Amino acid sequence: MHEVAITRSIIDICEETARRRGATTVRGVTVEIGELSGVVPEAVEFCFEACGKGTVLEGAALVIQRIPGRGRCNACGEEFPMDNQTFTCPACGDFPPRRVSGEELRVKEMEID
Amino acid sequence: MCLDCGCAPKDHHHHHDHDHRHEHGKGKTLTIEEDLLGKNNRLAAANRARFAAHRLLVLNLVSSPGSGKTSILERTLSDLKNVLRFAVLEGDQQTANDAERIAATGVPAHQINTGAGCHLDAHMVGHGVDHFDLAACDILMIENVGNLVCPAGFDLGEDHKVAVLSITEGEDKPLKYPQMFQAADLLLINKLDLLPHLRFDLEKCREFARRVNPRLEIIELSCENGEGMERWYAWLREQVGKKKNQKP
Repeated sequence: MHEVAITRSIIDICEETARRRGATTVRGVTVEIGELSGVVPEAVEFCFEACGKGTVLEGAALVIQRIPGRGRCNACGEEFPMDNQTFTCPACGDFPPRRVSGEELRVKEMEID
Repeated sequence: MCLDCGCAPKDHHHHHDHDHRHEHGKGKTLTIEEDLLGKNNRLAAANRARFAAHRLLVLNLVSSPGSGKTSILERTLSDLKNVLRFAVLEGDQQTANDAERIAATGVPAHQINTGAGCHLDAHMVGHGVDHFDLAACDILMIENVGNLVCPAGFDLGEDHKVAVLSITEGEDKPLKYPQMFQAADLLLINKLDLLPHLRFDLEKCREFARRVNPRLEIIELSCENGEGMERWYAWLREQVGKKKNQKP
């Protein structure tokens, strides 16, 4: 459950931002989680409510944007969807492909009063 | 007080939200774009700079629980402690058992208990190494919490992740937990002495590991009967040599 640590860092970033902006209430936060990041969005949702208690995020809405995994072949340049079990290029079989997206783990924005 | 990590009360700020408001309903939307692993990565970079200043080789040992990380360390330290200067950071959820086992070899050891935490992070390691005289070390071994999932994403400032897979675990572990084997530079396949008693396909295991990570180096060994340990020691000596020649 490293999602607990990931969720805590969402809260840390939001609390720090809210403090500097003088915001006492956060209405919502939008987070990007890539499909290749090794972080399970459902587990973050599960942790968010518990970890947010007693912070400015208590009661805030969590929006998770999932970023699909995409790879590019170093040999033939083919671009293709990839998951954690994609080890070779589907076009030419070369490995390992380069990950071009899907590793994102980012707080994108938050809404305050 | 900690200068790097901000665990002191008035810490420095890394955040950089932009004054970039749009009206969404009644609230105000702030663009943040901050990496969730950003803080860990900054602390890992600080650790790495500190280690580099001492030309210290740092290895992060990762595996499932019971693969034999501590036993490999015990034998390695006993065999090499007169040739190389070690320090060992031990990570476990509970108990100081492993640090006590390491300390019994005469090598400086410090235990980090993560409580509910499933992995070490760069912050814990930064404080953990305060217990050592880094100038008097050639190699820092960090034994991570036994877990094939979570430690993969957390950089500690190490030079290499060394994955340990014991042959009692099944040869398809690299396919089941690819991220850990992708993050590693060296794989130690341990408990080779049990091979006659198990249905474990060594060749398949190597193939699965290289399918996941083609540049992975693989050493098969047994810390019980010593088979293969010399190859591991040669790898360690080579890495220490490279490190000593690097500019700090």
